[in-house]
Amino acid sequence: MRVAPERPSIDPAGIKVTGLWKIFGPRAERVLAGEDRNLDPEELRRRTGCTAAVRDVSFEVRPGEMFVVMGLSGSGKSTLVRCLTRLVEPTAGEISIGGEDVVRASPAQLRELRRHRVSMVFQHFGLLPHRRVIDNVAYGLEIQGKPKAARRERARQILALVGLDGHADSYPDQLSGGMQQRVGLARALAVDPEVMLFDEPFSALDPLIRRDMQAEVVRLHREVGKTMVFITHDLSEALKLGERIAIMRAGAIVQLGTPEELVGAPADDYVADFVRDVPRSEVLSLRWICRDPEPGESLEGPELPAHTVIKDAVPVAAASAQPIRVVDGEKLVGVVDRVDILGSLAPAPAVPEKAPA
Amino acid sequence: MSLQATAAPAAVRLPRWLVPAGVAALFVAAYLVFKGTGTLPHDKEAPQFLAITDLREWIDANRNSSPVFLYFVNYIRIYVGELYTALYVALTSLGWPGLIGVMGGLGWLAGGWRVGLAAVAGFGSFAVLGLWDESVLTLTLVVAAVLLSLLVGMPLGVWAGRSPRLRRLVTPALDVMQIMPTFAYLAPLVLFFQIGPIAGIVATMIYSIPPAIRITALAIEQVSPTAVEASASLGATRWQTLRKVYLPLGRSTMALAVNQTIMMALSMVVIAALIAAPGLGDIIIRGLSRAQVGIMLPAGIAIVVMAVVLDRITMAAARRGPHDRIGRARLLGAAAPAVLGLAGTAVLPAQYPEDWSVRFVTQVNEAVRWAETNWYPVTAFVKDVTSAVLLNPLEGLLTSAPWWLVAAAVLTVGWWAGGVRPALTALGCLLAIALLGVWEHAMSTLSMVLVAVVFTLAAGLLLGVAAARRPRFSAVQRPILDAAQTMPSFVYLLPALALFESTKFTAIFASVIYSIPPVVRLVEDGIRGVPETVVEAATAAGSTPRQLLWKVQLPMARRAIMLAANQGIVMTLAMVVIGGMVGAGALGYDVITGFSQRSDFGMGFAAGVATVLLGVMLDRITTARRSS
Amino acid sequence: MRMRLLAGFLVLGMSVAGCGGAKVDTAPQTGAPTAGSAPASSAAGTVKIAINPWVGYEASANVVAYLLKNELGYQVEMPELKEQVAWEGFETGTVDVIIENWGHEDLKKKFIEEKKVAVEAGSTGNKGVIGWYVPKWMADKYPDITDWKNLNKYADLFKTSESGDKGALLFGDPSYVSNEEALIKNLKLNFKVVTGGSEAALIKSAQQAQEQKKPLLFYFWDPHWLFSKIELVRVKLPPYTPGCDADPKKVACDYPELDLDKIVSKKFADTGGKAYELVKNFSWTNEDQNQVALDINNGTDPQEAAKKWIEANPAKWQAWIPK
Repeated sequence: MRVAPERPSIDPAGIKVTGLWKIFGPRAERVLAGEDRNLDPEELRRRTGCTAAVRDVSFEVRPGEMFVVMGLSGSGKSTLVRCLTRLVEPTAGEISIGGEDVVRASPAQLRELRRHRVSMVFQHFGLLPHRRVIDNVAYGLEIQGKPKAARRERARQILALVGLDGHADSYPDQLSGGMQQRVGLARALAVDPEVMLFDEPFSALDPLIRRDMQAEVVRLHREVGKTMVFITHDLSEALKLGERIAIMRAGAIVQLGTPEELVGAPADDYVADFVRDVPRSEVLSLRWICRDPEPGESLEGPELPAHTVIKDAVPVAAASAQPIRVVDGEKLVGVVDRVDILGSLAPAPAVPEKAPA
Repeated sequence: MSLQATAAPAAVRLPRWLVPAGVAALFVAAYLVFKGTGTLPHDKEAPQFLAITDLREWIDANRNSSPVFLYFVNYIRIYVGELYTALYVALTSLGWPGLIGVMGGLGWLAGGWRVGLAAVAGFGSFAVLGLWDESVLTLTLVVAAVLLSLLVGMPLGVWAGRSPRLRRLVTPALDVMQIMPTFAYLAPLVLFFQIGPIAGIVATMIYSIPPAIRITALAIEQVSPTAVEASASLGATRWQTLRKVYLPLGRSTMALAVNQTIMMALSMVVIAALIAAPGLGDIIIRGLSRAQVGIMLPAGIAIVVMAVVLDRITMAAARRGPHDRIGRARLLGAAAPAVLGLAGTAVLPAQYPEDWSVRFVTQVNEAVRWAETNWYPVTAFVKDVTSAVLLNPLEGLLTSAPWWLVAAAVLTVGWWAGGVRPALTALGCLLAIALLGVWEHAMSTLSMVLVAVVFTLAAGLLLGVAAARRPRFSAVQRPILDAAQTMPSFVYLLPALALFESTKFTAIFASVIYSIPPVVRLVEDGIRGVPETVVEAATAAGSTPRQLLWKVQLPMARRAIMLAANQGIVMTLAMVVIGGMVGAGALGYDVITGFSQRSDFGMGFAAGVATVLLGVMLDRITTARRSS
Repeated sequence: MRMRLLAGFLVLGMSVAGCGGAKVDTAPQTGAPTAGSAPASSAAGTVKIAINPWVGYEASANVVAYLLKNELGYQVEMPELKEQVAWEGFETGTVDVIIENWGHEDLKKKFIEEKKVAVEAGSTGNKGVIGWYVPKWMADKYPDITDWKNLNKYADLFKTSESGDKGALLFGDPSYVSNEEALIKNLKLNFKVVTGGSEAALIKSAQQAQEQKKPLLFYFWDPHWLFSKIELVRVKLPPYTPGCDADPKKVACDYPELDLDKIVSKKFADTGGKAYELVKNFSWTNEDQNQVALDINNGTDPQEAAKKWIEANPAKWQAWIPK
């Protein structure tokens, strides 16, 4: 599912976040400067009346990457994504998008950034009910001051891209939730940004529609190749979409890694608890369960690359009495037999394992 | 509650009623001992009054030399005057058929042919009633005041909607403005703007500005934050977001703000006749001073009709969906009556011919006389019994009790009902009333308010409960309540005066019928607001309808009922004060005297301020304590 | 409210105004833009006659208005204004004419002498006097009641639900000339002023009092048509001497007999032309006024009542019409 950009329309930009803090409350600066910042959230609120929504977060998003931030409600993920374009003003930290210093941008520079480089899709769509779909999609272009004919033309193209041809003249409240979010998506795409931010875009949708929309995003990511930051509270969504996933808890990132790394090697009990119910066989590759061949064990079995997902190895293992040889290129990494595979289908162990080196 | 809290630590658990009863007994004893001492009798020549009168004389003398007037107040007068003249010229130059047609067109545009027809019929009725000129004058005043209100109020509202800090700042001010009885606005304006339509417009504007600010702020606040964020995320400037998101999305709520502003303005503009603002109010005053309902009734009808038409038009505009467009058919439809009307102006006589109008002054006067003579035993009985049993004893009690005892009672009741802060505010208001030198009259007014409130709440609860329990009754009652709530307060004096002549009871009767509608509505909504599941659970447990009402619905609707009581009291006060014109005496009469006798201006002014203080006091005491 | 602007204010805008400030100019200034009470549709010939709230006044005003309209072709506005408010109207431009003025020496001093916005326009021919009255039957039954010294003796008779434990002295419109509070206080009467609120309330109570033999002490005045319908007896207060009512707080004497007169705004006197002449010439007797007033009180439209008198008395009014 993870796809490299094939046809980037413009050069996607990377994002670099360093030491980002966001503290809500009357004396945010003072809290940040003092020792209070290390208090746990409950204690902090009691003592200072402040809430630290984002605490010392650092990460990097590669150009063209699909980066997922996952966390439960209140973990600060929505605040984090809003800090990226200063819809929420960060208290401290550095943010750079495509090399541009966001934190120190003037209001005009910031507007330019929002108008041309970064756009956002919202959980509750945020469509304007008094405008037709086409004018909703063209809204960003209108803000930029593009002439009407040009922006409508562009909006039509984008509507076709998200599969909404024929709905251009409808009003948002005449569309289903899924279609409304397609409009939201189209609006974000219409300005042809380098970076797209998604704030839980599908959590208000029915499960079936959510699945379609996820597929849609994957397709778009492949086709337009934007850098995407995707916020979600849904682990399976995160695993499905994310090239890398950051798990947030109480404002901080507790683990950042590929889906395999999270499932295979949770950094702490919190993450482990999260991923416990994930069907490991669908996420982990053979690399995670292969072992050194035991003395005398047959090495005549079929050969599979190490990044093969366990699930896909099942039929091979079933068809062969010999253990499967797991290879990385020419090099033998290890072997797995039916017992190993069966064992991996069981729920995750309570004690985290060590990730392979 | 606080009293019980102090009693709680006692080892022996006292009955709940003991403390209140003990306190009450204490007050009774204190009254009996100190009765007649420490009273503050009314003195028309009190130094406070004279000082204010002198101030007015000074202002009159310095109107053209003091910089405050030269550079500020007089400019307002000039600009408001220009606006008024321009509007009047514009409205009259349409001619009577033209104005009727244009209103019809506006109605059609806003709400289709029905509303258009209502507007034509409504404005046509002004001509038929023989009140065309007066109606146009009233309309001019309303339009001028509303335009100014919106001009100031809407930007403030937008600002307040986006800035919680400003909102916190203006909310208390608006709260006070909304409980201020209409009368209280007049005296200060006379001070600065003298009498006449300009003072009337400014008074009306001030009176009608709270909904313009408040509802606009609400409209802005209600705009989906995601839509705003989405707009910001696309790089919209503040101005772009305001113009393309806030204003269109808040439009229908803002139309409601316009609606409310108009309704308030219409109600005030009539009262502004007391400071020589022309129009329909003038006719009402004329009728009042001749005690002829026949003179007042056509003007009363015209005011109500104007209220209904303007309400329909603006409500229709408010009800339009976010993306309803005005179709070509409607545009053409709307143009038709306007064009027709303007064509009529060219053809028909410039003045509406007098013999085309219907006059029924004499008939109404005779009908009223008939009612007076034939119902006299009943109305006199009601009036005398109320006066003898409730009003006079209560007034006697309040005016003969020492002022400090009344203050202590207010403090206690305030504390018990609202907590420490409301109690202290109430006490402060009361002491200020004493300092203003209008204590005795304030106590008279208070006694009338209390009596009226008893009737209002009894009737309001009864009707509200009945409506909540019987949908069919509610369906009949609702439109009546709607109409009643669009009626300007002055109109309520008519039936009261027709039935009871000029007495205190007349004012009480008028305030009761004036304040019943909102009470009924709040009670009904409160009872209906009890969650279905709770009612179901209680029914499932085998409650009879009566048990359901007493044990579930009424207790759960307590907040709504408290709010109803609060509203009832505030409205009653406003009307009791206006009732000064129909024999209520006391503060309202002082205010009127202040306008009509130059030497009593100070007394009227003080009385006006006192009504505000009384309003704040009653409001604080009855504002339900925040659930903690 | 009629306001005049500093000349050219609107043309020159705030810059000029910023230097001089805006005056609410009251000096006559022909042709100045008006922001008047009812911006006149045909400004040239509109006369604004204030209507004070009693029917005799209305009678005089309507007769004059009728003649202005039908004989001289003026438009007439008749704003309903209380006495003192009407005087203020001279200053603000709301009022051109007060057709029946009851004394008001203080206002004359202020608006005529000091502010110079009004001028006297001669007598109406009516003699006016205010007083306290009781119905005839009371004077018959209690002959000594007509002297104020004996009022306290009968105070109990006059108690009502509005006056509590004191006797009621019924008063009319709050705007009327009134020494009642001071009189009660200074003559130490056990009475309370109860306000009927209007002339109509006074009339109704007086009629009921006579018909139903109810006790009533009330404020009233002559000329009034009511005297031709029922007999009323005036209560003697300490006699009026010039100056005894100088201090409103210390008044302890009866009302003086007044020569009722007409007051017009300075501007109207200067520019009112024939209309002003007519107003100045207007003068009639108490009987004339009572005829018209009675008709109005009986429900006749005031215009009709005026017309009736005018048709019946051409000789009288033709003398008023300026040549």
